[in-house]
This record gives sequence, structure tokens and C-alpha cells, in this order.
Amino acid sequence: MKEENLKKSSLDQLNQIHSMMEQSTRFISLSGLSGILAGITALIGAGYAYLIISKAATVENPYMMRLSMHTIKPQTIRELVVVGAVMLIVAISIGILLTLKKAKKKGQNMWGKTSQRLLLNLTMPLVAGGIFSLILIHHGLVGLIAPVTLLFYGLALLNASKYTLHDIRYLGICEIILGLIGSYFIGYGLLIWAIGFGLLHIVYGSAMYLKYDRDD
Amino acid sequence: MIEKLQKVFESRVRLGVMSILMANESADFNTLKDTLDLTDGNLASHLTALEKKEMISVNKEFVGRKPKTSYTSTALGKQLFKQHLTALEKLIKGQ
Repeated sequence: MKEENLKKSSLDQLNQIHSMMEQSTRFISLSGLSGILAGITALIGAGYAYLIISKAATVENPYMMRLSMHTIKPQTIRELVVVGAVMLIVAISIGILLTLKKAKKKGQNMWGKTSQRLLLNLTMPLVAGGIFSLILIHHGLVGLIAPVTLLFYGLALLNASKYTLHDIRYLGICEIILGLIGSYFIGYGLLIWAIGFGLLHIVYGSAMYLKYDRDD
Repeated sequence: MIEKLQKVFESRVRLGVMSILMANESADFNTLKDTLDLTDGNLASHLTALEKKEMISVNKEFVGRKPKTSYTSTALGKQLFKQHLTALEKLIKGQ
């Protein structure tokens, strides 16, 4: 009997050690729901962008699935950039708001060492990707921008997975694969953006919601 | 060789502090306090105990005008923690 108790308390201690190590190194309050909403936002954005683009449809390319930059007017590109920026701001705001709520519930500091480390490691590859995209525009390689953003986003997630829920790693790997496919089949930028930022976020967010949030 | 359970880790607070200091290079007072969900006084007394046993070292510095105290685990602290872990593992495996 005494041995049983000793075993149980040893197990308790190991669990406590694990939880303290994890809580002090990983920011685990990311909300699954915000992933789903970010995905929906991205899909709405992609739908709207498609409406803008399809105005430029021609007889040879009636559905405008495969885009060529020569057929798109600068005015259209400007509109697309605005749509993209608005969607990004909406998705990030929702994410911050829901994560704030979850962190409060979990008693994890929203602006502590763990969240700062997460943000830093997420941002660095993203900034590199942003600058690289601008360089692509400079060289007129517009068709590569969509796949490149997915590629760098995936690398950023992979890098950040050491500082938050481990599962985000798989989302990162999927984005990288999608980015590579997209950079081979140039011209389907909107489609792979819709898959990468829309569909994958919804799938990932739902999985995280079921795994971590439901029982809170 | 029999690995002994370290008496110093019988306290949940001390075990928690050492876990955090094993996983991180260093941690400041408030981080420890928030992560372990303790009052100032309670945490301070356990930190003093660990410091006396030379398992952690204390670094005080000024950030602007505010004093900031951070803690690091010493080589001895790391060694004792690892021994404790091995002992726990053996107990669970029933050896």
C-alpha cells in the first residue's frame, strides 16, 4: 500500500514538473476559434478578390482561375492589395482578442516572457518574407509572391512551434508544401491563398478547438 | 547505485521553481510568481531556502531605476534535480 502511494506521488511530481516547464517556456493560450475565424475571413477576402478579378475575364480565360499579370490593370492590383490588408487586420484583431480572453481564463500572462518569445520567433521569418516579396515586385516577379508568402508563413509557424502549442508545426509544414506547389504552378496565387490562409486555418483551428478549447 | 529522492523537493513550490529554472536560462521574480501562482512572501521564503542550499543563484540588476531580481539554477541545483528525476522514474517503474 505504501509503495502504491509513493508511485502515485512520484507520478504527480513528474506531471507538475512537466506542466511547469511547459508553462514557463510555451505560450499555450492561442485560441483555436480564432484560427477558424481567420480562415473564414480569408475565404471571404478571396471571394471578394475573385469578384474584382473576374471583371477582367476574357473569352480565352473566362473563369480567371489562372492569372497572368499582363491582363490585370494596376487599378485592380491596388484594389486587391486593399482587400488583402483589410482581411489581415481583421484576422489578426480577432486572433488577439480571443487569445486575450483565453489567456485570462488560463491565468497565463498575455504579455509575458513566453508570448514575447513566441511573437519574436514568429515575426522574424515573416519580416524576411515581406521584404523578399517586395524585392520580387521590384524585379517584376509578381507571380511568385503568393507562393512565397505561404512559404515564409509556413517557416515562421515551424519556427514558432517551439514556443507555443506543438501542433502548429503541422500547419506550418502544410503551408510550406502548398507554397512549393504554388511556386511551381505559377498563376494560381488566389487559389493557393484561399487554401493556405482559408481552408488550412479552418481545419487547423477546428482541430485545436476540439483538442484544447471545448472542455474549458 | 540507488538514486535518492531529494528531500528539498518535497515542497511543491521548490520543485516548481527548479522545474522552471531547468527549462529556462533564468527567470525573474515576477515570472516565477505568476507561473507558480504564489504570494510574494511565500515565494521569497522558498527562494531563500534554495539559495542557502546553493541550488540557485541570485542576480540583481537595475533596469532603469527599478531593481530586477532574476534567478538561475547552479550546477549543484541541476545535478540534484536530475538525480531526483531519475529517482522518480525508478520509483514509477517499480525498480
